[in-house]
Amino acid sequence: MIQEIQRNLTEGRLDPESYVEAYYVRIERREAKVRAFITLRPMEEVIEEVKRSVERLRSGRHGRLEGILIAVKDNISTMGIRTTCGSKMLETYVPPFDATVIERIRREGGIIVGKTNMDEFAMGSTTETSYFGPTRNPWDLSRTPGGSSGGSGAALAAHFAELALGSDTGGSIRSPAAYNAVLGLKPSYGTVSRYGLIAYANSLEQIGPMARNANDLEVLYSVIAGPDERDATTVSAVLEKKEVRLNGLRLGVLDDMMEVSEKPVKSVVNDVLNKLSSEGSELKEVKLGYLDYALPAYYIIAMSEASSNLARYDGVRYGYSSGEEGLWTDVYSINRGAGFGWEVKRRIMLGSFMLSAGYYEMYYIKALKIRRLIYDNIASILKSVDLILSPTMPILPPKIGDVINDPIRLFAMDVNTVVANLAGVPAISVPAGFHNGLPVGLQAIGPYLSDYSLISFARELEKITGYRDLTAPE
Amino acid sequence: MAKIGLEVHVHITSLKTKLFCSCPSHYAGKEPNSVVCPVCLGLPGAIPVPNKKAIEEAIKVSLALNMQISDKVVFVRKHYFYPDMAKNYQISQYDGPGTTPVAKNGFIKLRNGKTIRIRRINIEEDPAKIVYPTGSLLTSKYVWVDYNRSGIGMLEIVTEPDIEDPKEAREFLEKLRSILEHLGTCDCTIEGSMRVDVNVSVPGGERVEVKNIGSIKGVEEALKYEIARQEALISQGLPVKRETRHWDDVRKVTLPSRYKEEETDYRYFPDPDLPPTTITENWIKSIASSLPELPDARIRRFMVQYGLSEYDATVLVMDKGLADFYEDVLKIYYKPKEVANLLINDYLRWINEMNIRPSESKAKPEYIASLLKMMEEGVITIKIVKEILSDVVKGSDPRKLVEERGLTALRDQEFLMEVIKQVFAQEPDAVEKARRDPKVVNYLVGQVMRRTGKRADPYLVNQLVRKMLEG
Repeated sequence: MIQEIQRNLTEGRLDPESYVEAYYVRIERREAKVRAFITLRPMEEVIEEVKRSVERLRSGRHGRLEGILIAVKDNISTMGIRTTCGSKMLETYVPPFDATVIERIRREGGIIVGKTNMDEFAMGSTTETSYFGPTRNPWDLSRTPGGSSGGSGAALAAHFAELALGSDTGGSIRSPAAYNAVLGLKPSYGTVSRYGLIAYANSLEQIGPMARNANDLEVLYSVIAGPDERDATTVSAVLEKKEVRLNGLRLGVLDDMMEVSEKPVKSVVNDVLNKLSSEGSELKEVKLGYLDYALPAYYIIAMSEASSNLARYDGVRYGYSSGEEGLWTDVYSINRGAGFGWEVKRRIMLGSFMLSAGYYEMYYIKALKIRRLIYDNIASILKSVDLILSPTMPILPPKIGDVINDPIRLFAMDVNTVVANLAGVPAISVPAGFHNGLPVGLQAIGPYLSDYSLISFARELEKITGYRDLTAPE
Repeated sequence: MAKIGLEVHVHITSLKTKLFCSCPSHYAGKEPNSVVCPVCLGLPGAIPVPNKKAIEEAIKVSLALNMQISDKVVFVRKHYFYPDMAKNYQISQYDGPGTTPVAKNGFIKLRNGKTIRIRRINIEEDPAKIVYPTGSLLTSKYVWVDYNRSGIGMLEIVTEPDIEDPKEAREFLEKLRSILEHLGTCDCTIEGSMRVDVNVSVPGGERVEVKNIGSIKGVEEALKYEIARQEALISQGLPVKRETRHWDDVRKVTLPSRYKEEETDYRYFPDPDLPPTTITENWIKSIASSLPELPDARIRRFMVQYGLSEYDATVLVMDKGLADFYEDVLKIYYKPKEVANLLINDYLRWINEMNIRPSESKAKPEYIASLLKMMEEGVITIKIVKEILSDVVKGSDPRKLVEERGLTALRDQEFLMEVIKQVFAQEPDAVEKARRDPKVVNYLVGQVMRRTGKRADPYLVNQLVRKMLEG
């Protein structure tokens, strides 16, 4: 509740110390079990920054995020704060520069409270492949918080921070948003600069905002979005804020995604759909088609790009080094062999294979064709409806250790989310409800550049569900 | 007859910044690893952004080389691990599914009318520079890497194997260099700004690649050596196997690569950080309309405007610095043929002797003009002109040289008559013959010149000798 916090700080109802201490007390109590952070900043430093923010708030010349504590996924470069990507390879790597989004957040007075846990190099859907160990879901400590931005999701559910940044390559923001009963937006491709985001799959991923309510989500998105001359894939379009009304809103419910979802998920989502219907929204069933091909296409593209992006980690100039001396080829092999975890190696191997001569056309080129078809289908569905709805995740948050050793089931978790990444369109996950105390998220996909409409839809939905600013009980 | 193809890598020295970041692209004399940023160091999260000027330069070169220009610029990643690679892939271009080089299918015409086809031009980034602490790869236990060069914009110009001997290769490269210099794309005098890989085979043998030759002269030498080596093998009935070799510029030999060359799969794919840049017809038109005068046109103009032979015009224009210098001299001293003769016959000899490019000469156009003017006025003789030219190339003002060294022509008739008398006294036979045969007169004049240290005005001596003979 950015506005409320800023008002309280300005008017002195909240002093910097007790404001910050409240977060750190919660962290102290729960972090040992949740493990949302890889690096937590010292409280004193954060208090000092808040004090300066309060001065600016009182002077009337302050940024939009002035004094707000933000948790940042650990694949987003932060100058002077180590950025590990959840990997042993970058365990001690401290970037000499800020990502564009971090620059923008700092310029608006936002304060980084820490760097959050994630699947190694964002490769995973449960935050279990992290070199630093898994993050646990604050709603049920025996379960995963989703992933790969699981640390960011858990940090919001446990109220360790007010806002968070995640990155979404195939659902990595929306999955933890859904599993932690918070909001997460995968922005339209090119609306948020990737400069400083440690690349997993460049053509698919975006940094995006995560928040505990739609208003806060909108503020964070408006701060980080916008063209950046350091990222040639950003678009120059300036997005306007938009309001949608549920009454008369045409909503397409993705039949094929409902199909693949498990029963409890379906029933929670159906409840929300009924509420929307009684608000006057026009629901209709739509079919995406090609859903069977979406996952393979997604993984071919993601792994191919990953195998290329991760080539640079040889441990010579930065990153994990075994200290071995010898022929450079041997040293590279030793460093990479010891610095990367199994999931990362699996994806590098598969990606390298799929890009190699003779296979490239069979896999990569074909995957691009599927990608095109999926985009076309989404665009054509969005001619007859305003938004497309589905469960964010097809299953409830899995138990720790349950899917991690079964790649097929692990990959299948992303079936509903990868579509938006393949098509480059925006998608949001909003809390839909609970099943036996476990959060379920509703995904809304909109036309390219309709990000603010999605946020507005989330705000309207919040009003009818009452699910905002939720904190998992201890 | 050998079959030779060239891969020429040239730095786009006209760029102010590197190919994908805003680091300055001129690093000569800079502290190692001081002209770097996250992008050219390949740090995690850094993203390349294409330099539009580099694309323009590539279009300029493509136009000058009669290429078919693509409608878009697609950058691809070329993957291989090597210690000079910041990202362990190089951003380059490729002719494959979904990708294309910036231009294809061009040509350069040689003097004898032969066409050397150019297969393609790629825009690519240069890797970092490996520095051997001992100066040699063989004795260094480790290497240093200097990233100042990492990310410098380059063009790779690849020919078809149309070249048949080392001389042709040299002529091709000289013409290419002149074109690049006239376009302003590459100042090839900068150390390391032009590097060539050659592919060469002789009948009965496989293709051998010789990598990383740093000069045109080196290419000619390496090819001569390599062709001789391959022909010797074949004449002994030994196979020439397909391999990669390196040119040792000190020992003037090609050596097999230290590492076994594996069949590398570069796993090319379009760089997802770099969306294709569209090349519109209008863009090409506007670049074409602002192209400077190119070598072929300049040669024709030199022939028409200055009355030079094709050979002389070509020699001058094959080096832009020399051609510019020639025209600068003409601005002060408009005797096109005399200036051309002096530059081509004498000036260039000193340049070559000093192993520099004409543009590196310290001679000013005024110096050449005063040399020729002094000769015309009879102040100095042609012998003196040739004698002091080497100092002029090093930057000495010829007027001062002539003054300081007392090199003005001897025109003192009394003194010259004394010398002539001495010669006549010593050469009575020649004097007799000279009375009947005018050719022998020159011999007597030559003797006089020799005794005056070539400083005597030969015209005057000639007159005086004839007078003596008649008198």
